[in-house]
Amino acid sequence: MSAASSQPENVGVEVRGLRKSFGGLEVLKGISFKVNPGEIFVIMGPSGSGKSVLLRHVIGLETPDAGEILIQGEPVGARDVRDKYRMAMVFQSAALLTSLSVGENVGLYLTEHFLKTPAEIAAVVADKLALVGLQGLEDRAPGELSGGMQKRVAIARALVMEPQLFLFDEPTAELDPPMAVTIDEEILKLKNRTHATSIIVTHDRTLAFSLADRVAMIFDGQIVFIGTPEEVKRQAEPRIHEFIYAKPPTSKSPLMS
Amino acid sequence: MFQHIGEIIELFWRTLQALPLCWRQRGKIRDQLFEIGNVSLFMVCILSLFIAGVVALQTGPVMVSHGLGSVVGGMIGLSMCKEFAPVMMSILIAGRIGSAMAAEIGAMRVYQEIDALRTMNIDPVHYLVLPRMVAIALALPALVMFSSPVGWFGGALVSALNQRIGISFDAFFHSLRDEVDPGDIFNGIFKSFIFALAIGIISCHQGLVTRGGPRAIGRSVTKAVVNSIVVILILDYFLTRILLYVQK
Repeated sequence: MSAASSQPENVGVEVRGLRKSFGGLEVLKGISFKVNPGEIFVIMGPSGSGKSVLLRHVIGLETPDAGEILIQGEPVGARDVRDKYRMAMVFQSAALLTSLSVGENVGLYLTEHFLKTPAEIAAVVADKLALVGLQGLEDRAPGELSGGMQKRVAIARALVMEPQLFLFDEPTAELDPPMAVTIDEEILKLKNRTHATSIIVTHDRTLAFSLADRVAMIFDGQIVFIGTPEEVKRQAEPRIHEFIYAKPPTSKSPLMS
Repeated sequence: MFQHIGEIIELFWRTLQALPLCWRQRGKIRDQLFEIGNVSLFMVCILSLFIAGVVALQTGPVMVSHGLGSVVGGMIGLSMCKEFAPVMMSILIAGRIGSAMAAEIGAMRVYQEIDALRTMNIDPVHYLVLPRMVAIALALPALVMFSSPVGWFGGALVSALNQRIGISFDAFFHSLRDEVDPGDIFNGIFKSFIFALAIGIISCHQGLVTRGGPRAIGRSVTKAVVNSIVVILILDYFLTRILLYVQK
């Protein structure tokens, strides 16, 4: 990594007419949206609405049936896009390599790309683990950590890449409320420190409204609304209202007036 | 089925293209070599000793009764180094190492560890497949080289101790030296090298295509072992035909 990459610039993302089916079931039905450079863009919707599949397309883990995903105007599937732009993803399950220690997981990107000497990698690993409040845990096995700690290790692993595009898949799922708040704060700190573009998939309303610059509401494989958190809260569309307030809109609702 | 064959050929081709990266992956290759050698060496000794012993027990008395006692050593020597050592050791390795490869890679697939590698721009073929393929391609022929002499010893022991055979160690190894030449030993090592590639690529591919949960990992392991054994036996026939033709 060059010295210039210590202050990573951010990238824009554009999704155009994305369609994907699995075994005859259409999961994404013509999704289109644009994420501006440096923005925190939250994709929110109920379970099974296609959020995670959408995120996997954005980072190139899935191939669309139709449509395209552009990173700074270049298709994500193009050969050199992954070399040009640093993109990191924090998985819902953390997806730490269980055969490696915590330290080896965090330093994996640097080790495998031969970007630094072992001593430099150890220093970077210690630094990133300290950033997520896990200093001194380099030699522990991932299985010895709690779910929240594993997620923070996954964030540290992603931070090592100094990403220009940061993707989070359900970062607060399966966490207790205090840990969810901690992760919430970590993401915000990250945004302030790196100014990386972030796309967060979640069904956690608190997380979405506290972090998002804009929120996209996805239902049944289609984006039905994109706007600021305030605009989403004011939406009268029945599915959005029910999702946000856990009840259908009524004529007496202040939002309907 | 044809889709899987195509995928296996493509995976093999990508692994061949990654061969120049072997030096970079030497740490993982060393770990895999240790894994294969360490867990298999003792089993190879036991298997070789008893396979050759059983062959001696079954054929020795018949050959001696027909006045062919002088060729028992050569017959067991040839059958061990050309057939039993490569085929039986490959089946053993398919069961022990092929299953472990499919299970480990399959679990990594199911628990999104391979996706995590890809998001870090780390090619799973370079990180997972290449070290395993190189290690098994080196380790299996080495185990076969080790297996043949252990088998010869087992055959000689049974031939000497069994009263219905009654062939001394000296007579056994004299016959063996007359019949077995270095080409025969190379024949078995070459076969085992091809079998190693087949086991490695089938097991790694099966791991990489695992979909679903823990049950899918079990299915992948079973498929990897069964497919490897079937391919070993089919390849053995054709390789034997080719090598017999070449040795004429």
